[in-house]
Amino acid sequence: MISDGRIVRLAERDRPPVRFSLDGVPCHALEGDTVLTAVLASARAVRVSEFGPEPRAGFCLMGACQDCWVWQEEGPRLRACSMPIAEGMRLRTLPPEDWP
Amino acid sequence: MTAAREASRPKVVIVGAGPAGMRAAETLVGAGLHPVIIDEGARAGGQIYRRPPEGFTRSPEQLYGSEAAKARALHALFDRMAADGLLTHHPRRSVVAVRDGQLHVLAENGVQAIGYDRLILATGASDRVAPVPGWQSAGVYSLGAAQIALKAQGVALGRRIVLMGTGPLLTLVGAQLLKAGAQVAAVLDTSPWHQQMKGLPGLAARPAVMLRGLVLRARLGTRYRAGVVLERIETDPDGPVAVRWRDSGGRENRTECDMVGMGWHLRAETHLADLTGCAFSYDRQWHQWLPQADRLGRAGNGIYLAGDGVRLLGADGAETAGRLAAAACLADLGRQAPAVDAGLRELARLERFARGVSRAFPWPAAMTRGLPDDTIVCRCENVTAGMVRASVALGGGEANRVKSLSRLGMGRCQGRYCQLAGADLVAAQAGCSPDAVGRFRGQAPVRPTPIGALLHEG
Repeated sequence: MISDGRIVRLAERDRPPVRFSLDGVPCHALEGDTVLTAVLASARAVRVSEFGPEPRAGFCLMGACQDCWVWQEEGPRLRACSMPIAEGMRLRTLPPEDWP
Repeated sequence: MTAAREASRPKVVIVGAGPAGMRAAETLVGAGLHPVIIDEGARAGGQIYRRPPEGFTRSPEQLYGSEAAKARALHALFDRMAADGLLTHHPRRSVVAVRDGQLHVLAENGVQAIGYDRLILATGASDRVAPVPGWQSAGVYSLGAAQIALKAQGVALGRRIVLMGTGPLLTLVGAQLLKAGAQVAAVLDTSPWHQQMKGLPGLAARPAVMLRGLVLRARLGTRYRAGVVLERIETDPDGPVAVRWRDSGGRENRTECDMVGMGWHLRAETHLADLTGCAFSYDRQWHQWLPQADRLGRAGNGIYLAGDGVRLLGADGAETAGRLAAAACLADLGRQAPAVDAGLRELARLERFARGVSRAFPWPAAMTRGLPDDTIVCRCENVTAGMVRASVALGGGEANRVKSLSRLGMGRCQGRYCQLAGADLVAAQAGCSPDAVGRFRGQAPVRPTPIGALLHEG
């Protein structure tokens, strides 16, 4: 169903597509996806841990663990589990390069 | 309504729009008040009755199974009150601090102060998780996460799933994923059968619920194993590849997977109760610190607590507790309050059941005390069991000392997912009981808050 991502879509597959980019690569999601669902449909993680080698892909999905904060090209981060994906979002798994 | 009457009405704010918050709102509206409900969700419902975004098409029966009628009733009730202008609903907002009768509420455009005369906290619970070596890997989730992904997004978080932990949610999530077509490789329960039997007298307080659990358990077939010992989650740089475990006979097993869901029943969400100054006591049966309140939910100083954030009775108990807390609030305001006797009897029955649950599906204290030194206990900052143990030698066995020396509990989740296991490790090292370790002091903001949002606080 999904090639490179982590998730498997089991239901609600007939929704309009939404386009966004992840690390500069064009991706597709479905309207109503959270940012987390959208990213994990195409990729294996939303960020890299600041304290260890492993990538992270969220943990609680209810806004309690704060594991799924994802960068945007324009700077501010989003909590991926509670933010809906929107057309044209430009997301990054690493901080923008000019970030201090 | 005239402006004068509007101004004379006491302002009651409810935090949380799950079953407790929604029933509290109904009771206040019934008494002629206009409550304000602040909630993190986009739509009212809470976690167990969480609603998918607009445009999704599965029916409540598909989403909530045997609980569909309750979900339908609560959603309709709340939407009707909101549409009729009987309450003010602030969705997608987080209360990040409470002080001097003011809530500091984070929205997308900044932090706003909202005052209250009375405050009802219906903040719910999240998964009570225990560290298992490898759990910091991407692709390891809480059981609640697996359920939310399925319910609110229609997705499974992996292609081949292992669930681990204990409690009603373990069986429920396994059965829900199977029914939806996900591949569930194993459901590993750390509670042995003989322990589960000890919960029977309490569980018998709700025979229909117990029976439903057994039916769901039967659907898991041989995937379900009781009394397992979890060794570790094997990972590669991408995520989990297998779970190593021993069965109740001590035999070693390895189950391949690319996703793990874990949870040992529930942990009350108590940060806001803490900031309002509620007293806490350690509950040995639930193995956690809980805020203190009277039977109706009165915590003093105009604060009321309802639902899983104060007593882990589940969704039905939360509905009753929400009504009772609002009734207490009305009585304290000198208003006519609904009768509470039937509700209190109902809570007592649900409490017997909940005690049975806690007995049957206990926290895995032996596992957490014996974690290998290199196991990560804090997922936020990768603090290991060895670092926690070492901090005891430096500063003694007190929770906040350990926090400042090891950074356990200092990360972005603010201790929500490491505190309980951390206390076990500290207690074992210091030779005391987990309650003697104490609890982390609550700190505002209780959710990450951008500096920019605070600069413009009005």
